[in-house]
Amino acid sequence: MPTVRFTDNIQRHVNCPTRVVDGACVRDALDAYFQANAQARGYVLDEQGRLREHMAIFVNGGQLRDRAGLTDPVPADGVVDVIQALSGG
Amino acid sequence: MARSSTCHVATRKGLFTIARGASGWSVSRVSFLGDNCTLSMRDPRTGDLLAALNHGHFGVKMHRSRDEGASWQEIASPAYPEKPADYVPSAQGTAKPVDWVLKLVWALSPGGAREPGVVWCGTLPGGLFKSEDGGDSWALNRPLWDDPKREQWFGGGADYPGIHSICVDPRDANQVVIGVSCGGAWVTRDGGKSWNVGGKGMRAEYMPPEQQFEPNVQDPHLVVQCPANPDWLWVQHHNGIFKSSDRAASWSEMQHVHPSAFGFAVAVHPREPDTAWFVPAVKDEKRYPSDGRVVVNRTRDGGKSFETLTKGLPQQHAYDLVYRHALDVDETGEVLAFGSTTGSLWVSEDGGDSWQAVSSNLPPIHSVRLVKGV
Repeated sequence: MPTVRFTDNIQRHVNCPTRVVDGACVRDALDAYFQANAQARGYVLDEQGRLREHMAIFVNGGQLRDRAGLTDPVPADGVVDVIQALSGG
Repeated sequence: MARSSTCHVATRKGLFTIARGASGWSVSRVSFLGDNCTLSMRDPRTGDLLAALNHGHFGVKMHRSRDEGASWQEIASPAYPEKPADYVPSAQGTAKPVDWVLKLVWALSPGGAREPGVVWCGTLPGGLFKSEDGGDSWALNRPLWDDPKREQWFGGGADYPGIHSICVDPRDANQVVIGVSCGGAWVTRDGGKSWNVGGKGMRAEYMPPEQQFEPNVQDPHLVVQCPANPDWLWVQHHNGIFKSSDRAASWSEMQHVHPSAFGFAVAVHPREPDTAWFVPAVKDEKRYPSDGRVVVNRTRDGGKSFETLTKGLPQQHAYDLVYRHALDVDETGEVLAFGSTTGSLWVSEDGGDSWQAVSSNLPPIHSVRLVKGV
């Protein structure tokens, strides 16, 4: 199952420990994570379910392609990193 | 009715509480240090203090304190509904389509005295939200959002339109006037079930000549209402100063305002609707005090004349700009405070006749709110 890790910078707002979750794509993996941590969802995704404009996600080191649908596949042993983009903020 | 002795100052780097002690006004508490606090509201009915934070990367968040700022709890943020996949803007819609995502909390106002828990919230990109539980949950006002004329609103100094003013009539909380940049002043008489744009009289120089008096294109920078005479509204507009004595049914423009009729902030006396204060600036792209002098304009005759108040304010090489929510007056009409983009904060305890600098080193100030109802 994939691992989801979060930037340290989010931790002072909402606790987001690294967790192993179910999910074959980024959307499914994040949904699984946020199911147990609803407060974190709004820090990462906007109301339309898209990745926030100045957030970034990497899957096994590769940058997310589908920022709106989050359909990028995640390997069973993959690592999803949720971080701040260097833009904006 | 007591004079205000506490003030909440929302800044680019936190929420500062300023209190009057034996030796004068000074910072008594700092909340959210380092974070962008864009607005605060203290509810006189409950003492609840709300703070809006804009974290940039992480979005807009709301926090509430029930102990005057000693401790805070994150509460729900207004959230736009899911945009229907087949959504098509109205045929009347001419402006740039807006993103259905909260960009900024731009107005917070308690509901009426007899509706505890009700809080109104104006936002960018143009949604008006209402909470009935002190901010634990929010609902988008659909009658306004779904009005085809709403889609004609456009941004003024921002990428999207927004609601920055909410005036709840103290006599009847179902009567609410809101201010929109750019979309004029809108009025509901039934608590938000239906809305109409206010009447003519405001003037928008930035529009083609035929549309300059169109109510739905106006850029009122702030709309305020006299608590003792709620039929009276004052507007600091992009193109000047306007007033209404008929609850936004019509507007008249003030003439011969010096050094400038441009600005963002306005405050109206709590009991005397003819008395209002403004902080003028050079119109309109440059936006700094005329001649580098910080002044406050006060009218006490309904705008027939204005006094330019300078005592205690810097009169040389001062380039402080005062945003729309950064001027306030208390319930007595004697205590006023305003703060600037360069982190200066001034207080008057004599209705604006003289001012004292509380600080010149705060972060850029978004909002200044005196604590009332204590």
